[in-house]
Amino acid sequence: MEKCELAIVGGGPAGLAAALKARELGLKEIYLLERDNFLGGQLVKQTHQFFGSHKQFAGIRGIDIAEIFKDKLEDQPEIQALKGAVAQGYYEDDVLGYSYRGKFFKLKPEKTILATGASEKMLSFPNNDLPGIYGAGAVQTLMNQYGIIPGEKILMIGAGNIGLIVAYQLLQAGIEVEAVIEATGIIGGYAVHASKIRRAGIPILTYHTIKEARGDEEVESAVIQKLNENWQPVPGTEQEMEIDTICLAVGLTPKVDLAIQAGCQMAYVAELGGDVPVRDENLQTSNSRVYIAGDSAGIEEATAAILEGELAAASAAGEIFPGNSAIAQERREIKEKLADLRRGPVGEHIRRGLARVRRNQNAGRDRYTRSWKN
Amino acid sequence: MRIKDHPILDFKRGEKITFSYNGKSISAYPGETIASALHAAGIRKLTSSQKHQRPRGFFCAIGNCSSCLMVVDGEPNVKTCVVEVEEGMVVEEQQGKGDLSGKV
Repeated sequence: MEKCELAIVGGGPAGLAAALKARELGLKEIYLLERDNFLGGQLVKQTHQFFGSHKQFAGIRGIDIAEIFKDKLEDQPEIQALKGAVAQGYYEDDVLGYSYRGKFFKLKPEKTILATGASEKMLSFPNNDLPGIYGAGAVQTLMNQYGIIPGEKILMIGAGNIGLIVAYQLLQAGIEVEAVIEATGIIGGYAVHASKIRRAGIPILTYHTIKEARGDEEVESAVIQKLNENWQPVPGTEQEMEIDTICLAVGLTPKVDLAIQAGCQMAYVAELGGDVPVRDENLQTSNSRVYIAGDSAGIEEATAAILEGELAAASAAGEIFPGNSAIAQERREIKEKLADLRRGPVGEHIRRGLARVRRNQNAGRDRYTRSWKN
Repeated sequence: MRIKDHPILDFKRGEKITFSYNGKSISAYPGETIASALHAAGIRKLTSSQKHQRPRGFFCAIGNCSSCLMVVDGEPNVKTCVVEVEEGMVVEEQQGKGDLSGKV
């Protein structure tokens, strides 16, 4: 069994940023486990330019941010970045098991940063399991990563940022989007994205939901329906649309399996996408060896994930080198950048969610807490 | 079908390779996943649900949901949405939970 100072699970924006920051702050034995055969996580399919008030990669496309990180990582031989390494379990003696090239390995890190990201939410409606019903991320993967046309005629469900951005990316790839429907009365995504969609002549229908998908072996049409202000379907407003693909952009939920295995206290916080690990302001969990960064602790976006990765690394380094004032200063600076990023109306949602987790710190649901930790 | 012109992305596809799907020969490009190569060939149904035999394709395409499990070179339960296609690979639709007898 190999020992190391720091293990990072997940090679997306949070994990990559964590690895580089940890190295910068003096850690020498760093493992980065990435289950895919490439680094960058979901950045590799983000063709849009990032924005945000702060200068963290604003104006750069996600695909290019991934390249910047990969280049930096190549100069750091102390970081063991294993592609195709799947974390299989976090055991009670704080051993991390992973499979790599057909073999099982055990790692005993002093500190672990979980940066496992999120998975897409489903929506309940009849026939929602037909082939051709994809998560918005899956559509991006097909189209932007592999250059494959996901469908000829698409119905997009959800008018948050992901729904709008992916609808626009479909147009860029020359694919027809029939409509974007949204159950609430509000277009949740940024106005700049919404107006691009509208200029292209695609209707964004608020107060509309999908009643059912139809098709035999795969999706052939969708029935959409109006909702009233109490979210009740309005009878007689059903409309059948001929489409071959339904794209669900109805939110994400943190991937928390390893956090639960590590005995981290959990709390249900709707604003953050579901069950999330409870963390202190240094992103440390109730298992003092384990830190969580990025979407796996609450759904936000890549810029926040990068800063959280850096903060988690600085916090872990601070405990490995106690009393180091440069590390403490670094931590303060990253926290300020994060607070900056979350300022203003756009960050209100996430601020409320994070505040709720902190309130839950001692009173959270502990249905997951394993007895051996007590 | 594959995207030919894209305003931002440039897809560098190498030499075509061939693999088999349920005995049929399918062409693909190196670097594509099995599921994406099948999708490009117009095959979206990858498997059937175990209880009601409903047709299933992938949902997440990043290895989370296990809706794309197939038998690849005799090995069942392969997440075809994340495993890269290879020349000569034998991909088959899986029946039920997959047969592990004789393996390991």
